[in-house]
Amino acid sequence: MPHLHDKKVKELEVIAHKVRMSIIDMLVEAQSGHSAGPLGMAEVCTLLFCHVMKHDPKRPDWEERDRLILSNGHICPVLYATMAHAGYFNVEELLTLRKFGSRLQGHPHREYLPMLETSSGPLGAGLSQALGMALADRIDRGRHSERFFYCLLGDGELDEGQNWEAMMLAGREKLHNLIAIVDRNNIQIDGYTEDVMPLEPLYDKWHAFGWHVLEVDGHNFEALNDALGEAQAIFERPTVIIAHTVPGRNVPYMERLPEWHGKPPKRDEAKEALNALRTLAGKIRGEHE
Amino acid sequence: MIVNIQQLNKNLFEKDVEQIPIRQGFGEGLLLAAKGDERVVGLCADLTDSTKMNLFRDAYPHRFIQMGVAEQNMAAVASGMAAMGKIPYLSSYAMFSPGRNWEQIRTTICYNDRKVIIVGSHAGVSVGPDGGTHQALEDIAITRVIPNIDVVVPCDAIEARKATLALAISKGPAYLRLSREKTPVITTEASPFALGKVSILRKPEHPTLAIIACGPMVYNALMAAAKLSNKGVEALVINMHTIKPLDQETILWAAKTSGAIVTVEEHQRHGGMGSAISEFLVEHCPVPMEIMGVDDRFGQSGAPEELIKYYGLGVDKIVERGEKAAARLR
Repeated sequence: MPHLHDKKVKELEVIAHKVRMSIIDMLVEAQSGHSAGPLGMAEVCTLLFCHVMKHDPKRPDWEERDRLILSNGHICPVLYATMAHAGYFNVEELLTLRKFGSRLQGHPHREYLPMLETSSGPLGAGLSQALGMALADRIDRGRHSERFFYCLLGDGELDEGQNWEAMMLAGREKLHNLIAIVDRNNIQIDGYTEDVMPLEPLYDKWHAFGWHVLEVDGHNFEALNDALGEAQAIFERPTVIIAHTVPGRNVPYMERLPEWHGKPPKRDEAKEALNALRTLAGKIRGEHE
Repeated sequence: MIVNIQQLNKNLFEKDVEQIPIRQGFGEGLLLAAKGDERVVGLCADLTDSTKMNLFRDAYPHRFIQMGVAEQNMAAVASGMAAMGKIPYLSSYAMFSPGRNWEQIRTTICYNDRKVIIVGSHAGVSVGPDGGTHQALEDIAITRVIPNIDVVVPCDAIEARKATLALAISKGPAYLRLSREKTPVITTEASPFALGKVSILRKPEHPTLAIIACGPMVYNALMAAAKLSNKGVEALVINMHTIKPLDQETILWAAKTSGAIVTVEEHQRHGGMGSAISEFLVEHCPVPMEIMGVDDRFGQSGAPEELIKYYGLGVDKIVERGEKAAARLR
């Protein structure tokens, strides 16, 4: 995985911007779905699909590809949008999200969109699946496998006990090619995570279960890239990256508010969101020029 | 008059009929499946010896995953392994898998259409002394209602071995239901077995009743048929080893040929094998039916045979219900 030079960072910022615009377009067209989480994970998904992961949109069933399991399926607009911008399917198809007959189901279903690694939605089951894949890889290729297994998890999702079952097993198995990324955006449907069900000290908890733990700014490409590089280099343990993100990132009226966890913007709100995103994109371009 | 078409155990009606736990057949079958296909892996939630996965574990330790007491994780890990091309068998007690981890089975295995074989041992009241918490009586209902999955309930250890092997090469996910206790060996190596095609164990020339049973209840069904014969009621006996997909052809034939049906299973009357059969027949060939099972109650501690009798699944009870069904026909 190469180092991120400035030109690449700029390129990634442009893609993340497009991903956010697409998310707003999709949600307003669907008039249902989740806003805050997808917007917060634009950098993480962009970096994975456009720089870090070994994959080929032309050959989605390529055996040597890295696997990405989205555990918190409700943030799928960011997954679909990133996949479209990475070349898996046409960006126009994004507007079919949640509609009858669409390949883009409200929560991901791999029978509809076979290039997905799994179906998800019911929370807490993704880490186990990524772990199962990494275990199968270990059986076939031993500890020198160069395939990585990424799992994106929500923070609220960690309320589910199954995650902790998976964390125990992954720790015991020392699965170095399993890399979890927790979207630490501090909100869930009913409110702030620390009010609904406190997760802290989250770092200590993962560490106690045998994981190498990293904490980064989930919007900073360089920091994320360094963390993923370290995660790949660690050979004795699975790694979790706690990515601190702002839910609703770059849409000012959504940022940090739990109420935007599970609803889409209305038409006028979407217009405001797109304007805000465009203004910001202009600033980004200005800074780089 | 009654041809032994299925080449059943010759000692079947003797007092000293050989008895082997059905789960033992699974253990042996898994060993054979693993020998024949290196993609086979085994996962167990801390019940390796009692589900008989120990035979596989000892022979193929590198393909065995000890999951700890974590059935939900086990189901989803198996789904992930299947996604990478493995053929996972996961075992626990039926109460915990598919009981505890139903949603993981539905979403990560069946919704994804991943080929995983869920092996639930210790089903039914015949678990005995452990009591109601450990006696799964709802597992057929909760699995057969999920799209994509097959539901298989072998009648003895030999059939369990054959079913375990057959499931390694069948399409899609499956639930294999096993029992704890030693039960009579009904079939032989020569008995034909095909998933989805149920076996007719007793085929009189002019039946006036069909007894359809699954699991260890098949033995009781055969005993009841012999007694009924003495009373002038000739009964077909069908071993319903596959509950899903339903062998509609044979069920329809049995209903038309005999005109009355008794179903027997070690499961709640609601939602199980009898329900599956009645759902089909009520649309295609309604006949008088007696659905025998546990009647909306939980199990309890006791000796297996004592509990079978208490919950109304003994041979005499089947005879009684058989006469009743046949009488309803007249």
